[in-house]
Amino acid sequence: MTTPSALKPKQSLGARIAARLGGGVMRVFLILVALFWIMPTIGLFLSSLRGPEDIAATGWWKIFTAPSELTFDNYQRLLDNSTITGSLVSTVMITVPSTVLVVVIGSLAAYAFAWMDFPGRDWWFLLVVGLLVVPVQVALIPVSELFGTIGIFETTLGVVLFHTAFGLPFAIFLLRNFFAQIPRELLEAARLDGAGEIRLFTRVVMPLGGPAIASLGIFQFLWVWNDMLVALIFAGSDSPPITVALQQQVRQFGNNIDVLAPGAFVSMVIPLAVFFAFQRQFVSGVMAGAVK
Amino acid sequence: MTGTRRVIAAAFLLPALVLLGALVLYPIGYSVYRSFFDQAGTGFAGIDNYKALFTDDTILTAVKNNAIWVVFAPTVATALGLIFAVLTERIRWGTAFKLIVFMPMAISMLAAGIIFRLVYDQAPERGVANAVAVSVHDTFNESAGFPKARPLPVHPLEKGEGGSFVSKEPVRAGEAVQVPLVGVAPAKMPGDARPAKAAPEADGGGITGTAWLDFTRGGGGKPNVVDPEELGLKGLKVEAVRDGKVIATATAGADGVFTLPASADGAQLRLPAENFREPYNGVDWLGPSLVTPGIIGSYVWMWAGFAMVLIAAGLAGLPRELLEAARVDGANEWQVFRRITVPMLAPVLAVVLVTLMINVLKVFDLVFIIAPGSSQDDANVLALQLYRSSFGTDADLGIGSAIAVLLLLLVVPVMLFNIRRIRKEAQR
Repeated sequence: MTTPSALKPKQSLGARIAARLGGGVMRVFLILVALFWIMPTIGLFLSSLRGPEDIAATGWWKIFTAPSELTFDNYQRLLDNSTITGSLVSTVMITVPSTVLVVVIGSLAAYAFAWMDFPGRDWWFLLVVGLLVVPVQVALIPVSELFGTIGIFETTLGVVLFHTAFGLPFAIFLLRNFFAQIPRELLEAARLDGAGEIRLFTRVVMPLGGPAIASLGIFQFLWVWNDMLVALIFAGSDSPPITVALQQQVRQFGNNIDVLAPGAFVSMVIPLAVFFAFQRQFVSGVMAGAVK
Repeated sequence: MTGTRRVIAAAFLLPALVLLGALVLYPIGYSVYRSFFDQAGTGFAGIDNYKALFTDDTILTAVKNNAIWVVFAPTVATALGLIFAVLTERIRWGTAFKLIVFMPMAISMLAAGIIFRLVYDQAPERGVANAVAVSVHDTFNESAGFPKARPLPVHPLEKGEGGSFVSKEPVRAGEAVQVPLVGVAPAKMPGDARPAKAAPEADGGGITGTAWLDFTRGGGGKPNVVDPEELGLKGLKVEAVRDGKVIATATAGADGVFTLPASADGAQLRLPAENFREPYNGVDWLGPSLVTPGIIGSYVWMWAGFAMVLIAAGLAGLPRELLEAARVDGANEWQVFRRITVPMLAPVLAVVLVTLMINVLKVFDLVFIIAPGSSQDDANVLALQLYRSSFGTDADLGIGSAIAVLLLLLVVPVMLFNIRRIRKEAQR
């Protein structure tokens, strides 16, 4: 007769207690890390819900020991502020076209690289791969002069074109690899049915490329939405996106937390919503984008 | 037939190639060219702009800071990512943990910058970092009592060394010593201070005295006299010093009375500087010396999640049997981690490190937002200097272009590595 515990591999009681305790310590450690990690964001959020007088007088953590009135007044004022609301519109006007253009132009080129024959195809593709890591900083001076010459410096169009160009290497790289995995027979069959390249692209490749296109779209969307540097230089001073509008407020930091905190939160709402809704696609985009 | 196919291929490629050519390739060439010309863009400058990168103090700070960034930010973020990935691997709520750590990646560097500007705020009633620093400090050091207190010329005290005050005459046993001070706002007096009392005669040859605020509100008090409404300086430290050595100390009570032993006879009284120190105001996180480490901290906060997610994916791909075999052979968890997990993860760790390094080279927003104007020079990095050189009031596009070329040169090895990797894959 064996007792159930005797079935387990030999393990001294001490080792088991140590393991249990170690697990407990590890759990506490992880909980502390998680709290530590989320605290700065919570701090900003709670600050955004306090009136200017409360912010000036005490820290946001005081609401736990001496609850003061939380209020949406800051947000109300922010939405009445035409600079901020206008900048949110600008952000959308920049982000949506930049994302759509990168997806469309990128998938056209990726399809050509994956399934069309033309001279020097592999060399052109290597060139695109080489451009993956080019820092945007290299283009700031030349492109501002170029845009100045053709008259689109400090316009939304300029910002969109810049973001599209710098999104393309990654888009082409990611999509070509994905398109190349489409079974050849599928394409051959469609060709035999008399489909031209354009039909193949719209009816076969684009639908099959869905997951990769979703990853790319989310990645590019977040990238452009969150950008400050490109917009700081290329956006018109009358239509800055939210990042630039808030950046101009930072100089007064300390006196205008009641504007900056809710403003930063409003700018984070869409990225966070996208992030939580499309975690899987975001993660696979991030993985594909490693060494970019 | 092949002719039309070529036309179609060209049509598919054209938009991408035009944009890449005009906005990525051409700028590279132009930046290289422009970097050899002077500020005005008309005179050939040779390598003067590149020399300036390593001689101009402000730019040199940027180069040095970038080096610090590239060394520390990726390693710390990767190390934390590795720890988090390994620890959460077999925990049920690991996903929730990962979500919290990964979340900052989705927000803008601007928002992260504002978040950390608030964390690092100097005022302990706004910045949580200083709130913690101050409360920890005050737990271990009793807060200084009387920052602005000082004697009047008619008082029997004078300025000593390092912010202390000393008695003009040595003290004598059996004599009541007077320690009057002024300059403490009524609101800053300890709440439980009581009206001061003239010190009673000490027993056994000790020395007694009174430390009090020699000031009567509304007038009527006389200097050097313990008037009825004047309060004792509760908690004031008094030292007896002879030949530079402290031989006895005492602390004034609520009524200002203190007692020194008889051995202090003939010594000089000293009110040490710690009585008068300004209250501790926390750490100057965004001052010249801590601003770069501080901003690196905010970067790690943003990117440790990236490292964690990639490493976790790598961990999931490790052969379970190998790890189990090692455990069966009696290896403990640490040995398994050191000898098997880390070496097998090496390729993933390399990818994470290189990606973060490239990313760190270009860091701009965080420094631009978090470093206050006063310490932006100390926090300077290449991308920030490029922006300042190129778009400020007295822009020098030659210098700006030279910085751009330097940034590009630093990523060329990675560029070549990527190209070789793709060529190998194509040959397979």
